[in-house]
Amino acid sequence: MTQDTQLNTWEVFMQARSGANYIHAGSVHAADGEMALQNARDTYTRRGEGTSIWVVPTSAIVASNPDEQDMFFDPANDKIYRMPTFYTMPEGAKAI
Amino acid sequence: MSQQQAIAQYCTRLGDNSLIQSYRLSEWCSKAPLLEEDLALTNFALDMTGRAELLLELAGKLQTPTRTADEMAYRRGERQYLNDLIVELPNTDFAFSIIRQFLVSAFEVQLYTALSQSTHTELAAIAAKALKEVKYHYAHTADWVLRLGDGTPESNRRAQAALEKLWPYTHELFEMAAGEDTLVANGIATNAATHYAPWIEQVETVLAEATLNLPKTTHRQRGGHTGIHTEHLGHILTELQYLQRAYPNAIW
Repeated sequence: MTQDTQLNTWEVFMQARSGANYIHAGSVHAADGEMALQNARDTYTRRGEGTSIWVVPTSAIVASNPDEQDMFFDPANDKIYRMPTFYTMPEGAKAI
Repeated sequence: MSQQQAIAQYCTRLGDNSLIQSYRLSEWCSKAPLLEEDLALTNFALDMTGRAELLLELAGKLQTPTRTADEMAYRRGERQYLNDLIVELPNTDFAFSIIRQFLVSAFEVQLYTALSQSTHTELAAIAAKALKEVKYHYAHTADWVLRLGDGTPESNRRAQAALEKLWPYTHELFEMAAGEDTLVANGIATNAATHYAPWIEQVETVLAEATLNLPKTTHRQRGGHTGIHTEHLGHILTELQYLQRAYPNAIW
């Protein structure tokens, strides 16, 4: 594999409007935070998508291991009584 | 020259500067050192095309007979183009394009700040819109000047070489064209010479931080304001105007 000459990657999170959650938009290459912000601005906000940007070094992200997907996520899926849809609504309860 | 003609000429100069800058930056499309920088430079080019359209439209409206922005861009020969020579010089390497954009954008921040107070309301509105764009062009390229100047010996050498090559062409930015005195007197245009002091102060500060040296040459190159260009503008127009020359009035 050839060496990556495109600098380190940074993850970009954008807020669409004041008060909204920051949502992952993608990633950019950059030498430091300042350049990452500018590159994120030029890559992801050209059509008015955001009002505020966070950038985080990709290396700072701790990710779950795909091999441990069963252990991590399956136990939540087979217990349907955890879901609000498991319970039938009493007929008279209109305000819930 | 009537005042209306003078405004048309002034807006043509500003519009031509935007259009030719845009052309040079768009040449980086698919060739910039980083994908993100490719997007940034072509994004700047789009800003400049938008500005060129507004300015050339205004300039065309003030002429007799009136001309559209497209006619202004596609139906004038190089002797009718009034841009500063610095914007038409070919991109030799990334450092050259960045240093040029830094020098020109630093000037344009001063220019459009002043023009946003113009007594000509349409020109003032265009300037106010342009100001937001050129401030970012300046911030982005100033950042790169620091990285290139204070980077590796190779990047420093290239940045310094670009600076030496470009310096004689910077003086033209601060000159007015014939017939524009009344525009300055009426508060429509701004005397470009007044922007030199803040410009040189800002440029000196950034260059010092970037460990680059201010060129010592006193040589000055000019001609754009009277339509006397380098050999490079003709080549730009050949490509830029090809379609309208080969298929007049083609639309899509």
